[in-house]
Amino acid sequence: MADGTSVPIGVISPTGAVARPRSSMKKLAQRKSTTAFLLCLPLIVLVAGFVVYPAFYAIYLSMLNKKMTAFVGLGNFAFLLKRHTFQLVIFQSCLFAITAVVFKALLGFILAHLMHNLAGKNQRIWRGLLLVPWVIPLALSTLTWWWMFDPSYSAFNWILNRLGFASVPWLGVGWIARFCTITVNIWFGTPFFMIMYLAALKSVPEQLYEAAAIDGAGTVQKLFFVTLPMMRNIIAITVLFSLIVTFADFDIVRILTSGGPQDMTHVFATYAFQVGIQSGDIPLGAADSLFMFPILAFAAFFVLRGVTRRTKEIAA
Amino acid sequence: MNPSGTNAFRMTRRKALKLGAAATALPLVHIRTGRAAGKLSVGFWDHWVPAGNDIMKKQVTAFAAKNQLEVQSDFITAVGQKNLLTIAAEAQAKTGHDIEAFPTWEIHNHADLLEPIDDVMQRLTGQYGAVNEVCDYLAKIKGHWLGVPTSSGTQYKGPCARISVLKDKAGLDVVEMYPAKPGHTKESDNWTWDTHLTAAEACAKAGMPFAIGLGQTSDSVDTAGALFAAYGAELVDKDGNVTIKSDKVRQVLEYAAKLVKVLPKDAVSYDDASNNRALISGQSALIWNPPSAWAVAKRDAPQVAADCWTFPGCAGPVGRFTPYLPFFWGVWSFSQNKTAAKELIEYLMQRDNVQARCAEVAGYDVPPFDSMLDFKVWEEVEPPKGTVYNYPIRPFHNAKPHIAASPAPPDIAVQIYNRGTMPTMMAKLQSGQTVDQVIAWASDELEGFTR
Repeated sequence: MADGTSVPIGVISPTGAVARPRSSMKKLAQRKSTTAFLLCLPLIVLVAGFVVYPAFYAIYLSMLNKKMTAFVGLGNFAFLLKRHTFQLVIFQSCLFAITAVVFKALLGFILAHLMHNLAGKNQRIWRGLLLVPWVIPLALSTLTWWWMFDPSYSAFNWILNRLGFASVPWLGVGWIARFCTITVNIWFGTPFFMIMYLAALKSVPEQLYEAAAIDGAGTVQKLFFVTLPMMRNIIAITVLFSLIVTFADFDIVRILTSGGPQDMTHVFATYAFQVGIQSGDIPLGAADSLFMFPILAFAAFFVLRGVTRRTKEIAA
Repeated sequence: MNPSGTNAFRMTRRKALKLGAAATALPLVHIRTGRAAGKLSVGFWDHWVPAGNDIMKKQVTAFAAKNQLEVQSDFITAVGQKNLLTIAAEAQAKTGHDIEAFPTWEIHNHADLLEPIDDVMQRLTGQYGAVNEVCDYLAKIKGHWLGVPTSSGTQYKGPCARISVLKDKAGLDVVEMYPAKPGHTKESDNWTWDTHLTAAEACAKAGMPFAIGLGQTSDSVDTAGALFAAYGAELVDKDGNVTIKSDKVRQVLEYAAKLVKVLPKDAVSYDDASNNRALISGQSALIWNPPSAWAVAKRDAPQVAADCWTFPGCAGPVGRFTPYLPFFWGVWSFSQNKTAAKELIEYLMQRDNVQARCAEVAGYDVPPFDSMLDFKVWEEVEPPKGTVYNYPIRPFHNAKPHIAASPAPPDIAVQIYNRGTMPTMMAKLQSGQTVDQVIAWASDELEGFTR
């Protein structure tokens, strides 16, 4: 070899007995799995430090008494379940998350279809515009919404008054405040569903629609027997992901209502903040914030198992 | 080489021992260098008046230079309750600042991690007199002071009213009631919760309601707290017993049922800025607030500011109470420089320093010592001249500072306060619930707080 590393044939035996033995470190470094592990290590450290450790610490905290001096097992969870306000928080968190996710999925699905049927350049423009709510930092956009719902200077009320209608106490009446918080969440989260569904739609082979058309399938039949089955996995994962994020929502409720009026918009995170940080009962706050963990973990397990099963079926 | 040919600097075992002993003793000798007194870090409350931070920095720098200390000052905002988050994080990590500014309830929340500061308090009270009972309630635990009441951020939240509106619509001359000069007036005796209700009704009728919130933030809680206290309506007594099913609570709720009818319809969604905005935008005749609303009006709506007057709370069957929210400076038990920390706190609480800071923030900060209420700032601030003269409680006001939910044990009171139990009770009345329904709801809540 021109680089001077060539050796005469026969000098090195097939077993490499004559050549200098490779060190075990070198061997280790040359293994693909080792390289992969080393590349992933920073991320593993980050996840361990910022996700795994805090999660276990939160579990530990949730099992302490208020002064954090004694172990009380599941006492905090049992105590919370007996409280009327916490029962309201469970109801509201479920109402908030389920309603918002259903509407986000529906609107996202409709928008994705509209996008899919738009011509190239127009599609890019609309896609960009519709992604705006998801791109703006949530705290900032929620502040803007709050100004529009504000008791003194509501832009919505200004319009209503101009049209001759009375002002609406947007954040001052329980059900209206719930409607407002859910609406803002839908506004923020729909673009995520749209973009995921659009990607899924683009990956459905055109031949399937052509074959369905030859078999006499109409638009609705194509939707139910081609599009939806092909999108099932992405719908399941998107809904699961969004459900987890929406259950853990803090910003929207905290900024718009802080849980009021009369606790009627509190969700797990805002209630946990009020109990844990503001009122100094960190173990109870930790128990509150962990409340949905087993249920969501259970749901995640089954949804992901279904996704894996379907992926294997398609591969087979 | 010496004549004998041996090395003059030969190290013997005896020399080595001497040298070792000297080296060990070296750190015991106090050598004063530029950084000899060490380092100190302070987490101050971020004043909403920028000049408030500047003067604080200046005073800290002067102390640091005098004591050859390296002091780091951080100004932590209360926006988004970042200060509470910082305190909670430092308490968990057992590391962070040496001195921290603790809002109202935080001394009690972290009592186990705070250094007793009785020596400083003893000297300060010896110099300037005793602090009020709210400071005692919030920072003196098991006979020991765990925080020094400071002026920085400490505020009263009495009424701030539009002079002309109250005069024209309700026939109340608030300037005559509480003039900007020492002395009790006969008119001030008439400033009761009943007068408050009559005036609120008249102003609401004229389209200028009293902007009192029924939300869960501190302005709403403090106003409701002053009302309940004036009627002697304790939800939980000082021994921790739930005492909500009392005639006094019923009496105050019957009064509140009338008051909430004339409050803005969206009062339940008020936060601490909503009442300010209502006043500044000229939509309200009266709010319960420190002079921050007036200060903003001075900039944004000068004609409104020139028509504002701040004075103490209303009297009820039991007495006159004005909401009071003190801040404390405490030293963490894990601080590495407790002596310097205490010295800095004591230095910052000296009369001259308090006065300089108070002047810089137009009298917003109220010192914890009555002997410091003779600062000229409250007389001089304008417009109109003397508008905040009656902002701090003065002896002739016959008023008491009050923190909502007291005298319940602070670990229960903090929950009553932060969950906004009292304004929520009023909000429920506004939504049409009966007094019995409200008491039943609150009773259930309180049992949860006393666990």
